[in-house]
Amino acid sequence: MIRLQSDVLVIGAGAAGMYAAIAAARKGCSVHLIDRSLIGRGGATVMAQMTVAVALGSACPDLAQAHLADTLAAGRGLCDEGLSQLLCEKGPERIRELDEWGVGWARKDGRITQAHAPGHDRARCVYVDFLNTGPAVSRTMRTQLIRIDGIRRIGDVVVTDIAVQDGAAVGAVGVHLGSGEAVTLEAASTIIATGGLTRLYRRNSASLNMGGDGYAMALRAGAELIDMEFVQFFPIGHLAPRLIGMDPIMWDPFRYKLGGRLLNAQGEEFAERYGQNEAGTYALTRDVATYAIFKEVEAGRGSPAGGAYLSFTHVPAAQLREAFGPVIDRLAKNGIDLTTTPVEVAPIAHYHMGGIRVDAAMQTCVPGLFAAGEAVGGANGANRLSGNALTEAFVFGERAGATAAGNAEGRGRPVWRDTTAQPELALLDRGNRTSVPLNTAALVVELQALMADKVGPFRTGPRLLEAARGLDALEQQMGSRPPPGSAHYDMVLMDWLDLRNMLLVARTVVLAALARTESRGAHQREDFPEPLAEWELNQVFSFKERKLALRQRRAAAPVGGVAA
Amino acid sequence: MTQIARLHIHRASPDSETRVETFDVPFEDGYSLLDGLRWIRATSDATLAVRYSCINANACKECMMELDGDVVYACTARLRPGDMHVAPLRKKALIQDLVTEIAPSDERLAP
Repeated sequence: MIRLQSDVLVIGAGAAGMYAAIAAARKGCSVHLIDRSLIGRGGATVMAQMTVAVALGSACPDLAQAHLADTLAAGRGLCDEGLSQLLCEKGPERIRELDEWGVGWARKDGRITQAHAPGHDRARCVYVDFLNTGPAVSRTMRTQLIRIDGIRRIGDVVVTDIAVQDGAAVGAVGVHLGSGEAVTLEAASTIIATGGLTRLYRRNSASLNMGGDGYAMALRAGAELIDMEFVQFFPIGHLAPRLIGMDPIMWDPFRYKLGGRLLNAQGEEFAERYGQNEAGTYALTRDVATYAIFKEVEAGRGSPAGGAYLSFTHVPAAQLREAFGPVIDRLAKNGIDLTTTPVEVAPIAHYHMGGIRVDAAMQTCVPGLFAAGEAVGGANGANRLSGNALTEAFVFGERAGATAAGNAEGRGRPVWRDTTAQPELALLDRGNRTSVPLNTAALVVELQALMADKVGPFRTGPRLLEAARGLDALEQQMGSRPPPGSAHYDMVLMDWLDLRNMLLVARTVVLAALARTESRGAHQREDFPEPLAEWELNQVFSFKERKLALRQRRAAAPVGGVAA
Repeated sequence: MTQIARLHIHRASPDSETRVETFDVPFEDGYSLLDGLRWIRATSDATLAVRYSCINANACKECMMELDGDVVYACTARLRPGDMHVAPLRKKALIQDLVTEIAPSDERLAP
């Protein structure tokens, strides 16, 4: 067993985790920044090709209040306003700091360019050309991590559980992939920055490690989850032909810039039939666009692969070249010529609005345990405004790091007992494996198919009940102890531990979706198609005696407020 | 149209001899080597170790390995009909099967 000790432990090295580590180290803390992948390479940030929403006022005058109004409107009445407000008010500070660090926000005549993305009342979204926002952010933050004293970065460690002692978090346990050794990560403050849950779905825009592990760890440690039913589907994820070396959500900025046309199999522009008139501009919000494509496919007017066509054939070749830059050559390598042929697109699991419940200091209800980034639920309500994901990662990451540092200073390093995290460590013991081989990778595929088919953006009571039964069956198949695997870089163990988390988290999505008998934002019930005023509620999960408990509370009521 | 790639995969631990295992992988035009390796894990042998994160975007740069002696990213190398020889990076320390130690030295946990 390997033992590591620090003031602050950060789990996950995306933008939120890296910012948290930097903020904690700035306050003089020793920090361990842990990732199951390589530092700054896994997770969602490095894949973000899109834009960052921030009331910078660079392109046109703007106010945090206007950004907040758009965020709350997109959230369909369910935002935790304290968190949304923090995101909008602190966004500009973080974006300017990244600018000082040399991230390279796209500029015109010396001013940072801001694009007008759907759902925003004005041009508000900064970016790095061409499709390089995420990689540039990752690279820039990694450079800062290295410059600041006190941060130790460790990759290839899968954190499996938060360690709790006397009701407070005292760090975490995990496994080092290369050696297969168990690791204890002892810390006064622990920050979960592990991102969302989109890997639960067959088609997703996430990396391998977005299976909701942070949510599951938080639940088991005694923290609460909120808004778990709200999974955002990105309407125009790439579907066909096979496109490799590109993020499947790459089309959006080009559709915005060039007015790409969304067509059904009959060549008709259909979006206006679904409640929003595009009027030649690109203004369709994500939930409406997702709905429109699903309904066209259902009506038999889908493209051959089961989506819609996205066409740029009306755009002159020179203009395509100017907008796409080097991306046009990467498309050519995939056999895609936009001047002659449309591509096929379909909704793809992209982001999760729900997550770990925290207050505006990023503190969970478990002392010593904090969360940041997409792992946090509440700021985006029932539907996230485009561009808010990275803003949230920066702002919440910084805030979590600062709060965690304050906590570590006041509390001092906890002393682990012989009994601390014993059941959690026993699970990782090599002697604890079954002798029966099990194809864990196949079970993950099965779970993803189940979630896609039964718990997609359009839900019904009967389908959700089938999903719940499917989850029971998968839980039976995986058993209570890991199957045999390899001595080093044991992917069977990784899959099994992931499945344990994914099944718990999938259950929260299914149960919350079953309970919410209305349609709102990213949660659409075909058997309850209207939004209902009495459902202006957030649903909150806790996990006690190995059982999930769900309760409803008035939307935006302060943490600790009365249940509705 | 479905075609078949015959993947000869080098498998080993730091403390074992390399053995070559062969898998016939059906694929459609445009599919990547990583698609093939993931298909093998889900359909026949989940113990096959391969390092990857972003799956498709060529953003994480983690899936470096050797294909027919050349260093490639498995997510952008294409499957093709016939024999393909897949091996770990020969200039990096082997961890398991196709996984090598590619992390910067100050980001490793020395076991």
